[in-house]
Amino acid sequence: MTGYEVKLDQFEGPLDLLLHLIRKHEMDICNIQIVEITKQYLAYIASFKELNLDLAGEFLLMAATLLHIKSKLLLPVSDDAEDEEGEEDDPRAELVRRLLEYQKYKDAAMTLNERPLLDRDVFTRSLPSFVASEAESEELVPVGLFELVAAMQELLSRSGAPLAHEIDVDRLSVAESINLIMERLEGRESVSFAELFTGEPRRQDVVVNFLATLELVKLRLLRIMQNTRCGTLWLFGISGEDDGGSTTEDGLGYA
Amino acid sequence: MATPDLKLIVEALVFAADVPLKVDRLSSLLEVERAALTTILGALQADYQEGGRAFELVEVGGGYQFRTRPELAEYVQRLDPGRAFRLSRAALESLAIVAYRQPITRAEIDYLRGVDSGRVVKTLLEKRLIRILGKKEVPGRPLIYGTSRDFLEFFGLKDLSDLPSLKEFSELTPDQLAGGLQQELEEQDPAELPLTSVPDLSD
Repeated sequence: MTGYEVKLDQFEGPLDLLLHLIRKHEMDICNIQIVEITKQYLAYIASFKELNLDLAGEFLLMAATLLHIKSKLLLPVSDDAEDEEGEEDDPRAELVRRLLEYQKYKDAAMTLNERPLLDRDVFTRSLPSFVASEAESEELVPVGLFELVAAMQELLSRSGAPLAHEIDVDRLSVAESINLIMERLEGRESVSFAELFTGEPRRQDVVVNFLATLELVKLRLLRIMQNTRCGTLWLFGISGEDDGGSTTEDGLGYA
Repeated sequence: MATPDLKLIVEALVFAADVPLKVDRLSSLLEVERAALTTILGALQADYQEGGRAFELVEVGGGYQFRTRPELAEYVQRLDPGRAFRLSRAALESLAIVAYRQPITRAEIDYLRGVDSGRVVKTLLEKRLIRILGKKEVPGRPLIYGTSRDFLEFFGLKDLSDLPSLKEFSELTPDQLAGGLQQELEEQDPAELPLTSVPDLSD
């Protein structure tokens, strides 16, 4: 026994640690010696605790699970249960299943990591920076939640720090904002999200316009598209004859 | 002046495009049948394969793109050492789970990994390797996740069916199992493990 010099952060979680212990003691994963493995596991946990109080709860949960299995195994098994296929009654079955499943994805992660990865093993031509910053490809892509949040955050960062004592009398409501957006879209195919704001927008203007935009998307009156990732958000009006069916699949279609 | 050879035109377009160029896009730009383009792209792939060039034409994320050969990575990296972006082991594991089990909820990822995956899922979302597919119609309506097109490009996959097949543990004989485990034990040297030696993405 070489002691427990292995650090906890080397393991991705209790399943990982268990797999390590099973291997280390050359056990058959389908026939784990629960008593031994529990002992080993608890010893690890104890040594981690000495070093680091912030032991993740998952590790403790697994310790409890192991002890539970161990106690179940100690109980006498009735003959009936043993005659039948003992597999399902084995208190270890669930744990073994999880371990095998976890091992499968761990291997898959390894396999994926061995592929020629972009920007690690293989490289594409990089765009000259002046092109990358200026040109937006013609292909519009539907916008997802994260793009919206990014756009929102950018605008909020422009709107400056909220003033502590500001009192707003003329507060813009979401309903008014909806009407303003629809007005702007009158006779035009699209407006950019940033266009809805003038000068240095107040924080609440951003929020209200954002809510209004989402509401319009929900009402299928608006479609949000983007040229490039992190590019400008474009709001497209959906006219009456467009049934909007094609727009529901992507771009916040789940909202 | 004679029109340039279609093969040259296709080659130029793929070269100049900033994303993997789809056959559909090529087809509409050039007004040429998809089948003809696929043949041409196949021929170009073979040209680069055989021609001993520094890059090859690969099919990724539903399109075609020129990429440098993996054996040159060490040198190309020198151009921009900050460009490479690495995934932590936690991120890779979670990504593998999402890739093979999508659509999947956070809770399911947590269960499979046996640990909380909130932070790593957030990182993967920010890196655009996974995306929100919608909400699951179960109590709480949790978000469901799937992989993105960037995921395919990052791992050089044509589409999801191009994912390496999962090795079923149960399919292996005990001997193979023991051999595999032995091998992995030898790989446990931390210096050798590429995944643990890289900075954690989620930080």
